[in-house]
Amino acid sequence: MVHRIVRKRPLIPGRTSELVIYAPHIAAKARPGNFVILRVHDKGERIPLTIANVERNDGTITLVYLVLGKTTALLDTLHAGDAILDLCGPLGKPTAIRRRPAPVVCVGGGTGIAAMHHIAKGHRLAGNMVIGIIGARSKDLLLFEPELRLVCHEVLVATDDGSRGRKGLVTALLEERLAGEGRVAEVLAVGPVPMMAAVSEVAGRFGVPCQVSLNAIMLDGIGMCGACRVTVGGETRFACVDGPEFDGAKVDFRELSQRLTAFRPQERHAYEELEKSHVCRCAN
Amino acid sequence: MPTRSWKKAMSAAAPTEPSRIRPPRTAMPEQPAGQRVGNFDEVALGYTPDMARAEAVRCLACKKPGCVAGCPVGIDIPGFITALAAGDVPRAYAVIRRANSLPAVCGRVCPQESQCERGCVLGLKGEPVAIGRLERYVADTFMADGACAVLTGAAACPPPVAKTRVACIGSGPASLTVAGTLVTRGIAVDVYEALHEPGGVLVYGIPEFRLPKAVVRREIAALKSLCVRFFTNWVGGRTVMVPELLDQGYEAVFIGIGAGLPVFLDIPGESRIGVFSANEYLTRVNLGRAYAFPEWDTPVYPGRRVVVFGAGNVALDAARTAVRLGARSVSIVYRRSENEMPARAEEIRHAREEGVGFVCLHAPVAFGGDAQGRLASVRLQRMRLGEPDASGRCRPVACEGAFCEIEADIAIVAVGTRANPLLPRSTPGLLVNRRGYISVTEATGETTLPMVFAGGDIVTGAATVISAMGAGRRAAEAISRRLLG
Repeated sequence: MVHRIVRKRPLIPGRTSELVIYAPHIAAKARPGNFVILRVHDKGERIPLTIANVERNDGTITLVYLVLGKTTALLDTLHAGDAILDLCGPLGKPTAIRRRPAPVVCVGGGTGIAAMHHIAKGHRLAGNMVIGIIGARSKDLLLFEPELRLVCHEVLVATDDGSRGRKGLVTALLEERLAGEGRVAEVLAVGPVPMMAAVSEVAGRFGVPCQVSLNAIMLDGIGMCGACRVTVGGETRFACVDGPEFDGAKVDFRELSQRLTAFRPQERHAYEELEKSHVCRCAN
Repeated sequence: MPTRSWKKAMSAAAPTEPSRIRPPRTAMPEQPAGQRVGNFDEVALGYTPDMARAEAVRCLACKKPGCVAGCPVGIDIPGFITALAAGDVPRAYAVIRRANSLPAVCGRVCPQESQCERGCVLGLKGEPVAIGRLERYVADTFMADGACAVLTGAAACPPPVAKTRVACIGSGPASLTVAGTLVTRGIAVDVYEALHEPGGVLVYGIPEFRLPKAVVRREIAALKSLCVRFFTNWVGGRTVMVPELLDQGYEAVFIGIGAGLPVFLDIPGESRIGVFSANEYLTRVNLGRAYAFPEWDTPVYPGRRVVVFGAGNVALDAARTAVRLGARSVSIVYRRSENEMPARAEEIRHAREEGVGFVCLHAPVAFGGDAQGRLASVRLQRMRLGEPDASGRCRPVACEGAFCEIEADIAIVAVGTRANPLLPRSTPGLLVNRRGYISVTEATGETTLPMVFAGGDIVTGAATVISAMGAGRRAAEAISRRLLG
């Protein structure tokens, strides 16, 4: 099975792009909250990426990545027509989506906004009232806002510098919404760990259940290795098969942040070596 | 006539009158310990033709061979050794291959000392014939790349019976055996593997220095040349479901997904950076070739002081891997005594030679570390042996108040695995037992779903490569009886 890139669209030049990939057998089964594991060359490592969208009729899935290390940098050298060497999925438990009497608030930060899009879309298709709250450091780093406006009833934006929407953090917008009139059934958060921790804290304060999608380090993605283990309510769970979504009130975010640094020196080294060898194909 | 050729070989190899004293077992050439700790190359180097011949002629070709009775797949061992002694390696290969789809693998990783070689009559008074080493020699010397003639005796493989297709989920030893058996009977086989490389535990679990990946690749290439198709990155229970396969026209499905879920110790501090399951550590190094980082992208770090919990083959593999990655000290910590260690004697010897230390009668109670969440030490409790438990081994009993702390920046947990529930949970009607292993009829491997079979670790719990192959063999026989009559 060859997984060809159908379309590539830069979202933040040089940092973040969207790939639409032909993978009908994954598209047929992928549900909101699922992720894939991919490898881009024959000596490459396996990395997990959350599925940002699925077009079942076209047999495509959409992935959005931030260039953060060697594998994403190499992924970024691929273009429409190129194939992803290994693409495995859909993995993880899908988001628990059911009909809700009150709105669902989906909070996204950074690249997590794209991952959150698929979840918000799932809630919308289930007939729920969906409110999106998204944030980034500045307007230029904000992505997927138009896509979210298509699936959310309302989209609230916050930027650190105030260049778009409210100046400040997504948590401030969430807090206002939760403090305001009308009940909220559930909060979902996808993004950087500190953001998810803060969102969980705010939701908890208002007694609203909050699900977070955890981006733990993974190897096989099918429960074999335990690299992605997280402590949830005092118990060890595997993000790849028990998650990636967990009750934010119970997640040990500090431990998760620490575990994410396990291979930081190696990751940095690999990225620097790559930059030295310069595999950039920007010319085409 | 096998007997005659054997006698001829005997007289050729031993021109003097065969004495009643058998020559000693031919030693396996090995990479010296001082050299091999610096590389991931295979430790055992394999027999030369002369060595193989010398060892083969030791075999008495017993009429009632105890070795065959000890082989989980029932290889005609005297048959292949006789052919080898006569210098007919292709025939020796054909004899082995009739019962065993992966001889180059089994010759390396089977615990022969507790199977075939234990039944060898020469072992009563001296040393048994080195059956495993001979099997490896034959398989390494002759590989049936597309050589269906050798395997079936026919000029070509039987043409696939129209529309008769079988799917295997998982591509470890059990599935490869099913594929290798069915394909020589005209049944097309498709193998679905979750990871990006086929081979299952042979690729992600067993290290290069014990089983080179090239050997596994060669076995898989041999199957491909017989028209077995491999689909990687297909996860049973996620990408592909068992009922779907039956709907798509596969007439039978074999589930050989192994027991891949790691067991952790469930003690404080186990989520610290530096605590790995043996599965993670070995998968990084074996499947991900992390020993070649940064040429290969999957990272691991060497660690200065490495502690491994458990004393099975997986624990020994992890310890010896850590030595090769450059750890300054590597210790196996085991809660029972050395006599109870489940690893093969050869593995323990190799590990000792490579400088692995053994701390017996100690069990971990907690992991300590720094404020950044990194592992720095392991707290151990002294144990003593109590009464034998259900497994017949003495139960370890904690000595109250007897604790000690040892430094460690990597700890590897190798205390076993469990069934992965991913596929069973997504397969309605598939009965599993209390521990999550799939229930089957033992003689056939058939599950509670019609035409769905299972075998290997997902049925028995973690066991050996060869027992998984035995199960694959039984299932393949049952499937081919069912499909071909």
